[in-house]
Amino acid sequence: MKLQRRYFLFAGAGALGAGVFGLWWGDRAALTRAKALTAGEGQSSFGGWLKIGADDTVTIYSPHIDFGQGSHTALAQMLADELDADWAKVRVEQAPADYAFGNTALAKLFVPMMSGHPDLVKHLPDTVFSLLARNVPLQITGGSSAIRGTGQVGFRVVGAAARAALIATTAERLNVPAAELVAAHSRISHAASGRVLRYGELAAAAASRTLPHDPVLKTPGQFRLIGKPVDRFDIPAKVDGSARYGIDVVLPDMRVATVIAAPVRGGKLLAVDHAPALAVRGVEKVIALDNAVVVVANGYWPALKGARALAPKFSDGGHGKLDSAGIFAAQAALIDTAKPDHAYGSGDVAAALASPGVRPLSAEYRVPFLHQAAMEPFALTGHFAQGHLTVWGATQDPIQTRNLLAKFAGLSVDQVTFHPMIMGGGFGRRFPPYTQIIEQIARVAMQVDHPVKIIWSREEDVRQGAYRPQSSARLRAALGPDGRIAAWQTDYAQFADAEAETVFPYQVAATARRHYTYISNQVDAYWRSVNSTQLGFYTESFIDELAHLAGKDPYQFRRAHLPEGGRHRAVLDAVASRSGWGTPLAPGRARGIALVESFGSICAHVIEASVDPDGTPRVHAVTAVVDCGMTVNPRNAEAQVQGGILMGLSSALGEAITLTAGAVDQSNFSDYPVLKLLDAPVIAVHFIDSGAPIGGLGEPGLPPASPALANALFAATGKRIRHLPIGRQLA
Amino acid sequence: MPIAATVNGKAVTLHADEDTPLLWVLREELGLTGTKFGCGIAACGACSVHIDGEVARSCSVPVGSVAGKAITTIEALGQPGAPHPLQAAWIAHQVPQCGYCQSGQLMAAAALLKQNPHPDDAAIDAAMTNICRCGTYVRIRAAIHAVAGASA
Ligand code: FES
Ligand code: FES
Repeated sequence: MKLQRRYFLFAGAGALGAGVFGLWWGDRAALTRAKALTAGEGQSSFGGWLKIGADDTVTIYSPHIDFGQGSHTALAQMLADELDADWAKVRVEQAPADYAFGNTALAKLFVPMMSGHPDLVKHLPDTVFSLLARNVPLQITGGSSAIRGTGQVGFRVVGAAARAALIATTAERLNVPAAELVAAHSRISHAASGRVLRYGELAAAAASRTLPHDPVLKTPGQFRLIGKPVDRFDIPAKVDGSARYGIDVVLPDMRVATVIAAPVRGGKLLAVDHAPALAVRGVEKVIALDNAVVVVANGYWPALKGARALAPKFSDGGHGKLDSAGIFAAQAALIDTAKPDHAYGSGDVAAALASPGVRPLSAEYRVPFLHQAAMEPFALTGHFAQGHLTVWGATQDPIQTRNLLAKFAGLSVDQVTFHPMIMGGGFGRRFPPYTQIIEQIARVAMQVDHPVKIIWSREEDVRQGAYRPQSSARLRAALGPDGRIAAWQTDYAQFADAEAETVFPYQVAATARRHYTYISNQVDAYWRSVNSTQLGFYTESFIDELAHLAGKDPYQFRRAHLPEGGRHRAVLDAVASRSGWGTPLAPGRARGIALVESFGSICAHVIEASVDPDGTPRVHAVTAVVDCGMTVNPRNAEAQVQGGILMGLSSALGEAITLTAGAVDQSNFSDYPVLKLLDAPVIAVHFIDSGAPIGGLGEPGLPPASPALANALFAATGKRIRHLPIGRQLA
Repeated sequence: MPIAATVNGKAVTLHADEDTPLLWVLREELGLTGTKFGCGIAACGACSVHIDGEVARSCSVPVGSVAGKAITTIEALGQPGAPHPLQAAWIAHQVPQCGYCQSGQLMAAAALLKQNPHPDDAAIDAAMTNICRCGTYVRIRAAIHAVAGASA
């Protein structure tokens, strides 16, 4: 099943969180199932997502996977704050991969709740309704959705509702008015009588009450945990080697397998002689799949040696002539000659571009396929026994993973269990529809009489990726006699229409954004910040070109086109002042600026860079300003933005996936260079607490990085970077 | 032929074929899964361990070459209740994100500090060549400086 981009956007919009919780109090079947899956002896469940133990322990079930973005801790902060829980007794667990903990369940309550929240509605695409209509069971982690969706409109409500129930129970038990009771640190006290009751002794009675649908939430001044830099739960196990990732699963009598798939995506396995692999000591079995061959052994090394000994013959699926230059040429031809598939904008751009007295400008931009390159290669472990398939590992949507496992194994969903594990990075690579190892483990586990773990080599990971699409753009604009932009047109060719994801913040009388659909043999995949990376690069580089043409300072030129009193201008002003924009720099160094809104947050960077005599670009310092409404955990938020910046710089400096004869040229970190500590600049991140609806953080730090760097390099050298990666272009 | 070595202070006899990378022997024969697989070609550092006190990328060390040597993995960098100062600093600075690279980062940093207790930025740049895709470098640098400064 192809996950449609619209549904992904739904996740990104934060709709996932909300409403379901409310409906849940009424959805007895889901609630009963959730409780049965989680609550044990001496534990009372509130809405399935929260349980309180007789010993005061508070356990919260997160439907999102935490792959280091800190969402488990931040979600717990949000729920525990509203609950007035004692933080020392709060734990987070991964919610089971079951529909009772799915996003759809979450979304159901959201819709009726929306009526009271015009701000939130405004930031919600209509796709929430599409998702509900399809009733797709998802448990997505992506689109920077966990905090602004699940947390903001879901978990806070659960916490507040449970707190209200605890207070009502206490009022009954002490026979005092609820208004005289104060909740704090998992206790409820009655000042007049001096009596204090623990949550643990109230939980059973409180959980049997009907929870309120619309409990009163705290105002920011009342927060005790939200906004505090509390330590993440997951970190201690990640410094002593005890954290168990998907690749670390060990089962008794387990076998290990590795895969070689058709080098040209779309190709099929035609023939393979199993003998050379079976001759390797430790190899037990060779399994031919439709488009890949799998070698099963008593360890990874023999499996890899066996796989490398094979000479499988694959077809090329008709893509054997495809290469990167050809893709760029085809995209340029679409822009030149085809009619756009999607067009947006306002005003008469053609007339404005042609009107006398304007100064026109046109430029072509190109970006390559990009690989997520998460540090943990794909690994799933499966065991089929007694008619039941159990699989362990990490994906960005456990429920959909379970459904796909059932489909590929030919079983019913009830005959499949999926245990989500800690994930060594995702960045969009592990969405089930294009996580090929799900199909592989389902098919292989059914054919092996032992538990079996498939591990992809890094070579397989790089060559069989699900890449950020290769994309081309032609930008056209004209400066009016007043020196302002009179018209702006972006024509871009790539897989998907990016309109719903991108914001053009500048005030220009006539604008057009036109998308031309280009489909290669690669899947249309998500890469951290999705289409905002390339669209941000196009817009923020070209506006720099226009500033140069106008003879204006790039910061002032942007500023003059941003609405007065708006958030974008505030972010831009803040990054200019924080970075010392305009102040003298060491010789050879220059600054570049860029501003991109994505996933509900507005982010601007100023980057200070220089170029070595041999043409190597150097990034010295990055100043970032982010308006994400508010931060739940400032230290974690800062880490997310730093990570986004470094991934953006890494891709701009050197990353590219290229195709030759339909197959990927790169194979490992040796030819897909990921930025190292040596090249990591000094980074200062500042947040603006605008009080706007909470925005994402996992992604918005990334898109301004490449244009800010390219703009700095232009300021330093006079050479405009229009194709990424920068590589040796300045040599 | 069985290979005798010391792993985390214990004498062990290893049975894998001699060309098997030490990484897979640690993970699959000894169950020490804290040492991670990232690339298999000595390009990322996720598999870093200490061999006779020096940092090594275990994916590219054949187990046949470690006979008689002392190997330390992340599991024995500190002791229960007595973490290595770098591990404490990693927590204080909240360094990890996904955490997958961090065993290797810590082993590389520990080897650096053993050899150079007060590294400057250039020395850190030179020694810390492990890849972190999550981008934790700013905090890795800060945590190393914190430990190096504290032991001054
Ligand atoms: S796995 Fe050994 S260096 Fe990457
Ligand atoms: S923390 Fe994820 S790769 Fe380093």
